[in-house]
Amino acid sequence: MTDTTVPSTIALRPDFAAIAAWIHPGAKILDLGCGDGSLLRYLRDTRNVFGYGVEIDDDNLLSCFRNGINVIHNDLEAGLSSFASDSFDFVILSQTLQAVRHTEGIIQEILRVGKEGIISFPNFGYWKNRVQVISGRMPVPETLPYNWYDTPNIHLCTLDDFEALCQQCNARILERSVMNNHYRPVNFLPNLRGMLAFYRFESKG
Amino acid sequence: MQDSKSVGVVIPQFVQIDKPLQLKSGLSLDSYHLVYETYGQLNAAYSNAVLICHALSGNHHVAGVYAENEKSIGWWDNMVGPGKPIDTNRFFVIGVNNPGGCHGSTGPASVDPHTGKHYGAGFPVVTVEDWVEAQAQLAEHLGIEQFAAVVGGSLGGMQAMQWTLDYPEKVRHALVIAAAPKLTAQNIAFNDVARQAIMTDQEFYGGNFYAYDTLPRRGLRLARMLGHITYLSDDSMAAKFGRSLRNGELSFGFDVEFEIESYLRYQGDKFADLFDANSYLLMTKALDYFDPAAAYNGDLSAAFRVAKANFLVISFTSDWRFSPERSREIVKALLNNELNVSYAEITSSYGHDSFLMTTPYYHQLVRAYMDNISI
Repeated sequence: MTDTTVPSTIALRPDFAAIAAWIHPGAKILDLGCGDGSLLRYLRDTRNVFGYGVEIDDDNLLSCFRNGINVIHNDLEAGLSSFASDSFDFVILSQTLQAVRHTEGIIQEILRVGKEGIISFPNFGYWKNRVQVISGRMPVPETLPYNWYDTPNIHLCTLDDFEALCQQCNARILERSVMNNHYRPVNFLPNLRGMLAFYRFESKG
Repeated sequence: MQDSKSVGVVIPQFVQIDKPLQLKSGLSLDSYHLVYETYGQLNAAYSNAVLICHALSGNHHVAGVYAENEKSIGWWDNMVGPGKPIDTNRFFVIGVNNPGGCHGSTGPASVDPHTGKHYGAGFPVVTVEDWVEAQAQLAEHLGIEQFAAVVGGSLGGMQAMQWTLDYPEKVRHALVIAAAPKLTAQNIAFNDVARQAIMTDQEFYGGNFYAYDTLPRRGLRLARMLGHITYLSDDSMAAKFGRSLRNGELSFGFDVEFEIESYLRYQGDKFADLFDANSYLLMTKALDYFDPAAAYNGDLSAAFRVAKANFLVISFTSDWRFSPERSREIVKALLNNELNVSYAEITSSYGHDSFLMTTPYYHQLVRAYMDNISI
């Protein structure tokens, strides 16, 4: 064997558990922008799911191979034409939405390919971000540790923004979960106090 | 100098198969022989066998070197060996020359036992399905009931796919590299120009040139030159040769002037001495005929319904003969059948021949995939 040990990022990603809580055992999953494949591997090991990741970055693709998950090299921006309509129980977009150029298009594709979609993203309405903007600087939150000039994150939104987009895309929100910076649930003033947002949604048909 | 990651000196082996090979064309070969090589050790459970399928002009000599010729390194030696991506410390790797070939297995240059003469033009047309059947006979001879993986690039990738359709229980993993679910019209056109070059050579004698003690060298040379161009990319040719002149200045004539001309003629000549013209015709025809979806009204997903293997599909960005789009068709059909599949599109400037190159990222991917195969 060779030096193929992949450091597990599961300990660093408590948000995985939030997504897993919505996924029933044995489900068929598509994980868009799956990174090194840790989420799919986690879901496979904890929820016995069958699925595929989609990833464009070469290094991430190699990590997926080492993680032993199915991964399809594909540019999300080019759509999901390799995948048949309604062919997945869940299509996941975990902390990738903000880096997608054609946001509306990808949500439409998630609604087409999956029975349900799950999207998580860093909430730009989080109070720390608001404080930084008020103080006159672009925020560099812990969930998006980039400067404004070198960030891959081009479409930042708040909970309210995302919910408005769902409305526009004919998506019905089934469940929402919001976490603070200690990865604890936030129920009171989530758009202000929440750092990470999770949505489960389906097509209104 | 001996490469420490080489399988070392290898010796081809030979098996005579007296069970008739029923061919897709309706004809059959009553008996035939296959030449093959093996690298690594078959484990006690017989669960670590990997079959390597060769491409158009390939053969059984995948890795290692022959004792009598230190330059005779196997065609995929960079991929197969101890510690290499297809690790012979772990896997028992088999290379086999297909029937119709010209490197030891029964082919047009063999003597037909019925006539006592070379088969020549009388050798039946063989298909990818026929090769899989012959390879299955070899597996039976070796006592292998299931391959850990069947691996191939280009025409070899087509064989790997066909294995999963004809013997779904006998393949755990299929590595389909730089392949396509069927040739395009443009590809068939290239193949026919190559065949016409051979068949219109005055020394072809309708395929029976053996009887005239000659070879259609000019035709075979042209066929190979054409093929070679299509396996490279414009970028790789530009990088390697550009418009460099052999003698530094234009001579305003038709002799070799540009380096690329010199290179292609050299490759063509070398090939014409090594490869049998009838085998080249047969191999290109096998490529043309391959189309597993044909029996399902062109529905490739329907063709793969029987498959059970796990798949790795790899394509290369500069491969215009078997482009990434063609590999995506395969991937889509596998996805539609909920099969385990991973797909990688590798950035490479070497064209179709990329699958033979030692591109580090490509080799890392194959290594990672192979390492995860349980044996």
